[in-house]
Amino acid sequence: MTAFPTRTLAAGAKVSGAGQKLLAFASLLILVVGFSLASPNFLQTSNIMAILQATSVNAVLAVAATLVIITGGIDLSVGTLMTFCAVICGVVLTWWGMPLPVGILAAILAGAACGLVSGTIIARMKIPPFIATLGMMLMLKGLALIISGTRPIYFNSTPGFTQIAQGSLVGMVIPQLPIPNGVLLLFAVAGFAAWILARTVLGRYTYAIGSNEEAIRLSGVNTDAWKIAVYALAGAICGIAGILIAARLNSAQPALGQGYELDAIAAVVIGGTSLSGGRGTVLGTLIGALIMSVLTNGLRILSVAPEWQTVVTGAIIIVAVYADQLRRRRG
Amino acid sequence: MTGLLQMAGIEKRFPGVHALKQAQFELRAGEVHALMGENGAGKSTLMKILAGIYQPDSGSIAIDGQEVAIASPRAAQNLGIAMIHQELALMNDLTVAQNIFIGREPRQSFGRLDEAALNARAAAIFHAMNIAMEPRALVEGLTIARQQMVEIAKALSVKSRILIMDEPTAALNDAEIAELFRIIRQLRTEGVGIVYISHKMDEIRQIADRVTVMRDGEFVGTVEAADTPIATIITMMVGRALTDEALPVPDLSTQPVVLEVKGLSRGRAIRNVSFTLRRGEILGFAGLMGAGRTEVARAIFGADRHEAGEIRVHGEPRAIRSPRDAVRAGIGYLSEDRKHFGLALGMDVRDNVAIASLQRFTDRLGRLNEAAMGETARRYIGRLGIRTPSEQQEVRLLSGGNQQKVVIAKWLLRDCDILIFDEPTRGIDVGAKAEIYRLLAELAAQGRAIIVISSELPEVLRLSHRIAVMCEGRLTGILPGGPHTTQEEIMRLATQREALTEEQPA
Repeated sequence: MTAFPTRTLAAGAKVSGAGQKLLAFASLLILVVGFSLASPNFLQTSNIMAILQATSVNAVLAVAATLVIITGGIDLSVGTLMTFCAVICGVVLTWWGMPLPVGILAAILAGAACGLVSGTIIARMKIPPFIATLGMMLMLKGLALIISGTRPIYFNSTPGFTQIAQGSLVGMVIPQLPIPNGVLLLFAVAGFAAWILARTVLGRYTYAIGSNEEAIRLSGVNTDAWKIAVYALAGAICGIAGILIAARLNSAQPALGQGYELDAIAAVVIGGTSLSGGRGTVLGTLIGALIMSVLTNGLRILSVAPEWQTVVTGAIIIVAVYADQLRRRRG
Repeated sequence: MTGLLQMAGIEKRFPGVHALKQAQFELRAGEVHALMGENGAGKSTLMKILAGIYQPDSGSIAIDGQEVAIASPRAAQNLGIAMIHQELALMNDLTVAQNIFIGREPRQSFGRLDEAALNARAAAIFHAMNIAMEPRALVEGLTIARQQMVEIAKALSVKSRILIMDEPTAALNDAEIAELFRIIRQLRTEGVGIVYISHKMDEIRQIADRVTVMRDGEFVGTVEAADTPIATIITMMVGRALTDEALPVPDLSTQPVVLEVKGLSRGRAIRNVSFTLRRGEILGFAGLMGAGRTEVARAIFGADRHEAGEIRVHGEPRAIRSPRDAVRAGIGYLSEDRKHFGLALGMDVRDNVAIASLQRFTDRLGRLNEAAMGETARRYIGRLGIRTPSEQQEVRLLSGGNQQKVVIAKWLLRDCDILIFDEPTRGIDVGAKAEIYRLLAELAAQGRAIIVISSELPEVLRLSHRIAVMCEGRLTGILPGGPHTTQEEIMRLATQREALTEEQPA
């Protein structure tokens, strides 16, 4: 985690108040300590890498959702958009036989374009984000199935595609630290999003729109355009998630995707981002996503039935938000 | 008159703020007791303790000589204490009667609501208050003044003996204020003790029996309203004497016209409004509530559309369809509702000052130059005298006057040479008001053209070089500023209804 641009992230923390992140981080630490005491297998390098690998897709989606949620909106389409982009990537690489970079670019652009559409529906047609992205979620789900002919598209003709997620550049240099490329990609995406939020005009308007959209509009800011930009950026990040999941599965699975949006939103919320907008950080979201996968992994190692893992995750969401409210009330 | 309430030695600390220091307050049955002080003096905190919203750190509260603990708003209600907040807390989609009895609805068997009894009881309360109000009307459709009557009825429905009113006239016109005062006087004769929080001196004169002044969380003194000069009360509030200097009206006839509005119209809200504004001029807009002044301002600013009319800025016709167009033309608008339309409260002073001008602090990659933003914010903090611990303080923690200055800083930084101030001193205490007046005069002297919309006639008279008066969407006249214009002349134009003019043969 040392490769993380902590300076930029710390600046974002000022906007949200560092309290919830501290709380989330402490919970994560307690979980890690607890599980490692309970099972000697938990802290093994291979297990830690498995946790990180399992976090990567959800965390990338959660980063996309964080941007949208800070504007006071919500994006229910992140999961099916991810799948849609994976299918596009498969069409370009496997069906059309284009080179790898073209496929990657196509997935990201497809994501950005869909985000642009969602953003336009929300900002210009004034459809509530929940409805607009619910519609997008279903449309993209259907389109992914139609385009792919409801069958998975495999990437066997593109050698090295799976390396995007499964290989380890770090492991080649430092064999003791086989961090999967997918996790590096997550860190890159998270670092970029955190930088956007903390250091750029787009980021400042993202918080400002969530904080008081009308006041910002009356300041002469073209809030509609900026909002659309946020959704487009979130869409592009979903495109990256699409590449990531396709590389992990070595295939674009058109039936996958629905349900991912709720995991992403859960990670965002556990990470202390307010659903009413105006506050939140990418670092918090990362911690939130890690809490979820550490929990799943740890409970599995302790041989807890998967049904119970779901129950615990649900409870964690409620406890996390309640703890945040208690803290706010006292503050 | 007997002692109804005694609060003594009340202490309250919030993180970083010592809000109340040995505060005290005393209320008799059947009196209107004005509670005054600058914003942040602790009035609202003290009253929220009385209403059970906050818990004091120490101190005693006694009702009828019996010491009581007020643990919750519910407990306050049971003790006969009701508070009518500045922001009314009614449910818009429910009827008047449903709002009054919310949580205490008369029931029939099996939990069915007894709407007939509900409406009858509400009607009885309004009858006792001596006002006409339909219990079945939706609250949404009522004016602010009528909604306030509903709040009062709600307080009476629980047999309140202590009624706290926080700036009840802030959104009312003169006729509505008169109605409110009639009801307050009636309640007084019925033995209700009324705490009246207000900034308006003339109202205190009219309605209050006694005045308690607070400053910086401390009790300053309680005086009889009838035989205390207003100047004395102001001195108690601000801790220093304020001089009420009149504004000299400069000769602006040689200055260029920067804004010209011709035939601005929209439905019945704005009807054929035309005026000009010169460089360095302060044009006051007077009129009653709903006269269309804010509508005109918002139309010029592009926040709302207009159907007809031309807007010329520096002589050139400009199509203004959005606030963005207006800001590009150099027009800034400071809304009467700072919190909803002017500020991002959760963000800091620096961001709020820079938010309309972020492009200026941005490089080609879209990166912000935080250091320059901070430096700029600090410059405006110094120039406008914004009282804040630093430029990184969240705006919601500032007082009303200082929030207003942050909005002004935002527009100054954006280089707007036409500034429209909509009720610039609403909810701002006396000391800060004088500062805002001084600031407006300074801005005009520096060559900015300023429109000030105000419902307080003394304010309009004190500030304006010329005074435009509106009534029912029409501009009924423009009066010269300065000492020769009287409140009566303005009122005559403000009440010049169309019916009167139309009936005359053309």
